[in-house]
Amino acid sequence: MDLTYTDEEEEFRARLREWLASVLPGLPPKPSPNDWPGRRAYDLGWQRRLYDAGYAGLHWPADAGGRGATPTQHLIFLEETEKAGAPYVGANFVGLLHAGPTIAVEGTPEQRARWLPPVLRGDEVWCQGFSEPDAGSDLAALRTRATRDGDHYVVSGSKIWTSHAEVADWCELLVRTDPSAPKHRGISWLAMPMDAPGITVRPLRTLAGSAEFAEMFLDDVRVPVANRVGEENDGWRVTMVTLSFERGTAFVGEVVACRRVLGELAAQARKNGRWDDAVLRRRLGRLNAEFRALWRLTQWNVSEAMGVPPVRAEPRTGGRAGGVPGAGGSVFKLRYSHARQELFDAAADVLGVAGALDTDHEWTLDRLSSLSYTIAAGTSQIQHNIVAERILGLPKDRPKDLRRELQRDFQKGGR
Amino acid sequence: MRFQLTDDQRALRDGVRDLLAGRFDRDALRTAVDTPGHLDRALWRALGDAGFFALCLPEADGGVGLGLPEAVLVFEEAGRVLLPGPLVATHLAAGTVPGAATGERVVTAPAGELLPWRDASDVVQGDATGAVPLASVDPLTPLHRLPGPHAPRSPEAVLLTAAEQLGSATRTCELAVRYAGEREQFGQPIGAFQAVKHLCAQMLVRAELARAAVYAAAVTADPVEIAAAELLADEAAVRNARDCVQVHGGMGFTWEADVHLHLKRAWVRAGTGRTTRETEEALAAAL
Repeated sequence: MDLTYTDEEEEFRARLREWLASVLPGLPPKPSPNDWPGRRAYDLGWQRRLYDAGYAGLHWPADAGGRGATPTQHLIFLEETEKAGAPYVGANFVGLLHAGPTIAVEGTPEQRARWLPPVLRGDEVWCQGFSEPDAGSDLAALRTRATRDGDHYVVSGSKIWTSHAEVADWCELLVRTDPSAPKHRGISWLAMPMDAPGITVRPLRTLAGSAEFAEMFLDDVRVPVANRVGEENDGWRVTMVTLSFERGTAFVGEVVACRRVLGELAAQARKNGRWDDAVLRRRLGRLNAEFRALWRLTQWNVSEAMGVPPVRAEPRTGGRAGGVPGAGGSVFKLRYSHARQELFDAAADVLGVAGALDTDHEWTLDRLSSLSYTIAAGTSQIQHNIVAERILGLPKDRPKDLRRELQRDFQKGGR
Repeated sequence: MRFQLTDDQRALRDGVRDLLAGRFDRDALRTAVDTPGHLDRALWRALGDAGFFALCLPEADGGVGLGLPEAVLVFEEAGRVLLPGPLVATHLAAGTVPGAATGERVVTAPAGELLPWRDASDVVQGDATGAVPLASVDPLTPLHRLPGPHAPRSPEAVLLTAAEQLGSATRTCELAVRYAGEREQFGQPIGAFQAVKHLCAQMLVRAELARAAVYAAAVTADPVEIAAAELLADEAAVRNARDCVQVHGGMGFTWEADVHLHLKRAWVRAGTGRTTRETEEALAAAL
């Protein structure tokens, strides 16, 4: 067990810090949260700077145009960019973290050449068309249907939670291509151009007041068959193969940010007298333990991913962890999402009554948005099922026909 | 950075697990439960022979020359199987009390307001005047109560105790999962019901977060990290043991099932360090 970074890793960190210090002061001002074209331009501009400096697709494999960096280098990158206050991945999220890696693994050479470079260069934005009004936690129950018409699919249905849909060029879309197959086996993965006729995008206002997400209605949208990645009806596997692509680094920046907020809470409480409240003080102390451990768990998960070939779904079992192998991601997500909510609840108590009810305060908005953390990307309830079934090996809930068994016992003259 | 067990560390952990499985199996555990206050000196010497107490002594002094991370792995294994005795105190006395390193002499020390294993020990390190016996809730740990003021435990003692808690938390999760997979009601294993499943998942989450904290504290030996490890490991051990009782249902409430032994020992270990209030205050002060 070693928590010190190698000379090469420290050199990587030093060069990155130097570059960040040189480039961040020259960035344009941040656009307002509801200025979508402005946000697109800002996020793509940042991606272009990363590209020019050789940091684009850092964790992508080299043969997909990435830098082939190790998980540890990626961890350092996310840690340092957060500490320096660099822009978030923003509108580039789906392209860099899901659609791109999916195409890198499953796409044909032509598909890779068409779609990957524009993501890395910051030319094109992707959105994700997975969830549907009736397919949330049960994603594989999706109903958006695609029927063949010559060399096109004709797609109809509706999607929800498609972030950045207003400004996206492409949508990674899951559609049902075989309604008669078992639900996981009739799904295909399509790259849908967002300027195709028949797409209606409607902003979806969240409880925090902002329009981060959108609903998307598809009415006979024609998508070339050539835009299908992977085999027809194999879309579920195509999607799942890269779900663990970020390999434990998904929340690195956020944990760094939460630890900074925790320090600010303590400073603020000492200033405004709330520190005298022993109950609040102890809650902050507990959160200190929590976020320190979450940071260490991140380092543990990233170390576990070192040496594992990139862009492959890690098996849920058979890792090399000291405890339960491969448990890290779900364990982290469950605990982090809860801790984040507790952090901003504590922030409300530090702010006091009026402050906590004032949405001009950043922490109040963060408190509201923290509610999504135990819902998005697998609710905590689903995560508990995943941990119990895939890691602990507990059985799925499939009741046996008890009546038949009792009858058999009776016939055998049993109890 | 490589925050994973090395091959040597894995081999050490596996070796200790094998040793304990051979020398302290379930029969030995139940024998110990049935003979409260009795310490198996043959087992103690076997532990000494295996280097359990001399683990962190320099090789020049006859020790194994390993560090705190290795000690943590060994104590985690001890916690898993509920190995009885003043293990932490004897381990920490290995360099100063003759015979401690080899397992020939048993050393105990005050831990907060508690003094474990006084009568079965050869040496008491520290001030034990005024110690009064109490009817220990844990059949595997005889206790005396000490009058105040109480000296704080060393960071190493706190961390090794946290490692034992981690081992116990991991073990109770395993026991609960095993029972939930075997016990059938309503025509299926109770582990198929989400209400039971989620209890088990939460046990794993607690144990794994505590593991990250305990291992990191072992590597850094930083006092704030040790405090975090103590808080999370105590919580994981106590709450996992309680949930393990719950998953076992009626069986969990019996003397016969081992679950209650984990809960009681977790309570005792949590009682040997700082109180939760003190630990949380220390963590807050570090912000």
